[in-house]
Amino acid sequence: MPEKRQMHLGQQLTRAGRWSRAGITSGPAALWLGIFLALPLAAILAISFLTRGEYGGVELPFTFDSYKRLAGFGELGFDSLYPVVLGRSLALGMATAVLCLAAALPLAFFIARLSEKYKGAALTLVVIPFWTNLLIRTYAWQILFSPNRWLTVAAHSLGIGTAGEALYPGTLAVLTGMVCDFLPFMVLPLYASVEKMDWTLAEAAADLGADRWRVFRHALLPQIWPGLGAGFILVFLPATGQFVIPDLLGGAKTAMLGNVIQQQFASSRDWPFGSAIAAVALLLVLVGLAIFQRKGSKHEVLP
Amino acid sequence: MRRPGWFLSAIAAGLYIFLYAPIVVIIVFSFNAARFGTVWEGFTTKWYGALLHDSAALSATKNTLLLALVSTGIATLLGSLLAFGLTRFDFPGRKIFDRVLYVPVFVPDIVLATSLLLFYSLVGSFIPALELGMTTMILGHVTFQISFVAIVVRARLAGLDPALEEAARDLGAGEWKTFLHVTLPLMLPGVLAGAMLAFTLSLDDFIVSFFTSGPGSTTLPILIYSSVKRGLTPDINALATLIILISVLATVSLTWLQKNKQDPHPKK
Repeated sequence: MPEKRQMHLGQQLTRAGRWSRAGITSGPAALWLGIFLALPLAAILAISFLTRGEYGGVELPFTFDSYKRLAGFGELGFDSLYPVVLGRSLALGMATAVLCLAAALPLAFFIARLSEKYKGAALTLVVIPFWTNLLIRTYAWQILFSPNRWLTVAAHSLGIGTAGEALYPGTLAVLTGMVCDFLPFMVLPLYASVEKMDWTLAEAAADLGADRWRVFRHALLPQIWPGLGAGFILVFLPATGQFVIPDLLGGAKTAMLGNVIQQQFASSRDWPFGSAIAAVALLLVLVGLAIFQRKGSKHEVLP
Repeated sequence: MRRPGWFLSAIAAGLYIFLYAPIVVIIVFSFNAARFGTVWEGFTTKWYGALLHDSAALSATKNTLLLALVSTGIATLLGSLLAFGLTRFDFPGRKIFDRVLYVPVFVPDIVLATSLLLFYSLVGSFIPALELGMTTMILGHVTFQISFVAIVVRARLAGLDPALEEAARDLGAGEWKTFLHVTLPLMLPGVLAGAMLAFTLSLDDFIVSFFTSGPGSTTLPILIYSSVKRGLTPDINALATLIILISVLATVSLTWLQKNKQDPHPKK
């Protein structure tokens, strides 16, 4: 493995020499991330256990009130608002990932099957939106979904939405914006796997009498698992924590974790509660990432 | 391998239309004569002219570029050094650091942004330089850029042939000389790719900037967001079209450069 051989170059030094060089090279970045990443995240965790001050600041004592409120047990009895927001974020994130996967699979196979001449261009066409500002691409759907645009009229004729009204804000608009914005994140890793695929396995399976579904399931799918997993995590995690898309294309009924965090810090000025929601969002991401890294390392061991 | 059939091609065409519909609609509407709303009222190029006299847009452009340049410079230096250290020297806790590196990539922007805002307001009373503004935005951008740079540079370093450095050392070059004349030129394409990524991420960032900006440090994404929120968009469409155009040009020329440049040191 090349990485082992790279490490070997440094291994010839004494332990002190290695550590001092590690300190000089990795030290500054480690210090930076310690101050501007670890400390602020620790601060958010600490503040989530404090009480909201009278003028918007924070006060003692330590409580679990913010977390109780997030779980639905507020001062005025059970309120499903925040558990619903949490569930909605996960559901929308999952739906986005599944829809992106369904769209990215044919697209990745399409690009991989093109001749070398067109492959680069087809791939660049996927990369361009990826590099284009997300805010702009999201806001564009407001225009596309506004009343009397042909897309909106077409949707109305299919029985979606109310005639004469815009298609946003709404769950459908949020989901459309999400899939459109995150699709390249799914296509790129998936394409990398499809590109490297050994097609002779599919031929062998077909020769041995497997039908098309079984060829895909047993000969092709195992080969693209790593790309599929990477794409899924690259879409699901950021989609769950999205703020801009539900903010521009959704309303109170489609509020996600990001929107309620922003509310607490901007209008409500309830830092402890905002911090508690942020801490939960962070925990979700860290757990998701840990599961993925564990799965990923298993895949590397496989031949 | 079989070429794509008509069915697969049709699905792919539909998906490309889906991906480009928002981009095309912004470009089309930047030429719309209507002042308010999203109704088409005829062709005009006046919004591009109006942009030149829009002092808010001009100062936001200046802020965006300053923020992206400074933060990319710091992040590229720190991230590249980090990548080098992580691939070359074993030290206690390296494996954990290796994993922690992915945290800023996946932490939701809104969580990073609010945690920075809290942090700045907590320590800001002791350190006046941390008053919200350009400085706090730069600090925030570097924080999410470092990881991206380090991951890209590390991929490049891992693919290098150690024999080249060993040869340099065998021929009598010192450690520093080997780094300067062998390792650095070899890792440079990775460093440039990392810097490009960091620069784009900074240009695109809205949330971290939004929460850590102060009066007078408005960037283009913040300007676009507040205009969209207020429904005042005619010259914002023109502005967005220019941004899209720059992204397209940058992507296409980078791809073209990569394709046409013969890599003298192919990856192993």
